[in-house]
Amino acid sequence: MNKIFIIIKREYLTRVRNKTFLLSTFLLPIVMLLFIFGSAYLGAKSLKQYSVAVKDESGLYKNKMDSSASAAFAYPDDISLGNYKSKGYDGLLVIYSHNKAVPDSARLYSEKDLGLGTDGAVKKQLQKVNEEKLLLEKGVSRGIIDSIRKESANEELLNFRSYKVKGTELKEGNKKLSSIIGFISGIIIYITLFIYGASVMRGVMEEKMNRIAEVMVSSVKPFQLMLGKIIGIAAVGLTQLLLWITLIMILSSVLPLILPADTLQNVQQANQSMPGAMQQGRDMTTLIQGSTGIDISSVNWFAIISMFLFYFLGGYLFYAALFAAVGSVINEDPQEAQSLMLPITMPIIFGFIMLSSTIENPSGPLAFWGSIIPFTSPIVMMARVAGGVPESVPYWQLALSMLLLIGGFLFTTWLSAKIYRTGILMYGKKASWKEMLKWAFRKA
Amino acid sequence: MSTILEVQNLKKYFASQKAVDDISFTLEQGSIFGLLGPNGAGKTTLIRMITGIFYPDAGNILLNGKKFDPVNDVIEIGYMPEERGLYKKMKVGEQAMYLAQLKGLSKQDAFTKVKEWFEKFEMGSWWNKKVEDLSKGMGQKLQFVTTVLHEPKLVILDEPFSGLDPVNSNLIKDEIYALAQKGTSIIFSTHRMEQVEEICDHIILVNKGRKILDGTVKEIKQQFKENIFNVALNEDHAQYEHPSFHIVHRDGNEMVVKIHEGYTSNDVLKHFMNQGKQIAAFNEILPSLNEIFIHLVEGTPTARQFETITA
Repeated sequence: MNKIFIIIKREYLTRVRNKTFLLSTFLLPIVMLLFIFGSAYLGAKSLKQYSVAVKDESGLYKNKMDSSASAAFAYPDDISLGNYKSKGYDGLLVIYSHNKAVPDSARLYSEKDLGLGTDGAVKKQLQKVNEEKLLLEKGVSRGIIDSIRKESANEELLNFRSYKVKGTELKEGNKKLSSIIGFISGIIIYITLFIYGASVMRGVMEEKMNRIAEVMVSSVKPFQLMLGKIIGIAAVGLTQLLLWITLIMILSSVLPLILPADTLQNVQQANQSMPGAMQQGRDMTTLIQGSTGIDISSVNWFAIISMFLFYFLGGYLFYAALFAAVGSVINEDPQEAQSLMLPITMPIIFGFIMLSSTIENPSGPLAFWGSIIPFTSPIVMMARVAGGVPESVPYWQLALSMLLLIGGFLFTTWLSAKIYRTGILMYGKKASWKEMLKWAFRKA
Repeated sequence: MSTILEVQNLKKYFASQKAVDDISFTLEQGSIFGLLGPNGAGKTTLIRMITGIFYPDAGNILLNGKKFDPVNDVIEIGYMPEERGLYKKMKVGEQAMYLAQLKGLSKQDAFTKVKEWFEKFEMGSWWNKKVEDLSKGMGQKLQFVTTVLHEPKLVILDEPFSGLDPVNSNLIKDEIYALAQKGTSIIFSTHRMEQVEEICDHIILVNKGRKILDGTVKEIKQQFKENIFNVALNEDHAQYEHPSFHIVHRDGNEMVVKIHEGYTSNDVLKHFMNQGKQIAAFNEILPSLNEIFIHLVEGTPTARQFETITA
C-alpha cells in the first residue's frame, strides 16, 4: 500500500508542477467565459437594423408595420426593384395584389442576405396587420384590439409555473435551469474523460517506451504501478476541477463588475431577439449573471455536486483502466494508438450523442438505458439527476446505475491489469484486441 | 561460503515456447555468476522469475534458504534489465530517491544513500539536472547506482556494459568487484564472452530454455580443451613429423600442435629434445569461452522456432 502511495505522489506532483497544468487550469475558464460573452456580444453587434422599403399594391399595409431592432419599414413612392438601392434601402418588400384590397403574396428582395432576424420581423408584421384586418372585418373595434394586445403582451398574465407532483407534495420544477446544469455537467464529464483518460494512456506509453517499465516492476507489482498512475491522475483531475469551479465562481461574480453595463444589456437584447440561435450562450449568460427568471437557490447544489464528483470519478476510473491497457500494448508507433483506442472512445462519444436527447426527454428509454449502462452512465445520468432525485430519476435507478458503475470499474481495472501486466514488458510487437483478450482471460 | 540463491527445476512455458525448461543452479554468496546464452535462449525469462516479475510454472526459487517471496524480498534484489530507462522529465536526484523508496527505503535512508553513491561516482552536480539532459553513459551510471543503492544481497545485471565507453565500463567493473568483495552476489547476464571470462567465477550456459553447461570458468575450459599446444623452438629446421601430434599451424620455428589421443605433452617435448632442439616456449592453449559457446550453440538453429506447447 505504501508503494502505491509513493507512486501516486510522483504521478500527482510531476503533473501538477508542470507548467501546462497551471496554464490549462487558469486559462481554460477564462477562455470559456470570454468565448461565451464574446460570441454573445459579437452576435449583438452584428445584429443590424436593415431599412426595408415597402411597395404595397394592396394598400392595406401602409404605415401599419412596426419597425423593430432588425428591420425599419418605410413607404416611399415610386419604388421599384430598379431603384430601391439608389434610394438608400437595404431591401424591398413587395406585396402583390391583382385585386385592390386583397393581397396575393409578399416577396422580400435584397442584394445581400438580410438574415433570419429581418425575415422574422417582416413575417411577424405581415401577420399582425393581416390579423388586425380580419378582426376588423368581424366587427371588433380598434380599441378592443389595442387593449387585448397590450394585456397579452404581459407575460405574467397567467403566472405560468410547472410543478412536479408526488403524492401531496408539490415541487416547483425549473426545467430550464436543470437542463442547463445537466447539459453542462454532461459535457464536462465527456471532456474530462477524454483528457484524463488520454493522460493515463500517455503516461503508460511513456513508461513503456522509455523502457522504465521493467525497472519499475522489479520493485512494485504491475498492478500497483497501474493503479498508482490512475489514482494519481484522478487526484490531478479533481484538483483541476475544484480550481475551475472556484475560478468560475470568482470570475462570474467579478465579470459583471468589470464589463460595462450596456455590454451586458446588449448581450441580453441580442439573445432575446435572436430566434433559436445562441441558445446555449444565452442560457449560460443568464446563468452566470444569475439574472431574473432563474432561481438558482431552487437547485440542490450539494446533491448535484456530489453526484457530479461520483460520476466524474466513476467514469474516469472505468475508462482510465482501459486507456492504461491500450497504452501498455502500444509500441513506438502512435498510429497504433488510434485504432486501438477506437473501441474505447466510441462509447464515450455515444454517451455524448445521447446527452441532448436525454435533456429533451429525461425519462425516455434511451435516457434510461444510457444512464444505467456504465459505458455511458457517467455522461447520461448527470443530465438526468440535474432534474432532481427522485423526481427525474427514481432512487432505484440511481442506485442501480451507481452500483453498475462501481462494478464496471472494478471489472475494467481487473481486466486491464491483466493486459497491462503482459503488455508493458512486450517490445517490438503490436498486440491485437484478440490477443489482449487472450492475455486477460488466461490464468496467471 | 553459503548459498544465497538456489533455483530448482524452474519452468516457464509460454503459448508458443518453452522459454525456461527445467533449469537448476545455485549461487554462492559473494560470487559473480555468469548467465550466458544466445538471443532468445530464455535468459530474460529466467531473470524475470528470479526478480518476481513472472511466476514460474513449476520449480522453486530459494533465497537465503527460504522460499522466494516476490513482494517482501524485492529489497534483497537489485535488477538492472537490458531494456532499461528512466523518467526523462524527472530530476536525477528525485529519480534516484523515487526508485530507492519504491524498493522500501525510508525517505531519510534513501537520501543518505543517494548522496553517498552520487559522491562516489562524482555525480553530485547532477542532482537537479533532468534525466533527459544526461548522456547515454551518464544515464547508465545513474541506472547502476539505482540498482545497487539499497544494498541488495543479490544484484542482477543484464548486459550492464552495453553502450558504455571503456572508462565507464571499468568504473562499473571495479564496482562489481567491490560489491562481490563485500559479500554481494552478482548475476551477470550477457553474450559478450570476453567480459564473462574476465569477471565471472561461475557460469551457466543456457540454450533453447535448457541449461547446457554449468561450472567455473576454469573447469569448463578444462572440460573443453582439445590438447592444443603452442610450441616455440630456438631454431628452425627440425623434424616435425611424429605420431604423437600433428601440426595445426606453423610459422618458422613457432607452431601450434594438436596432441593425439594416447600421448601426452611430454611425448612432444621429448621428440624435440631428442633432436637436440632447445625449446623456447611450451604452453597449452585452452579454448576461449567464445569458442566453447559457439561450439555448443552452433548446429542449433540460431533463431528459436515457435512450437506448440501442451504443458
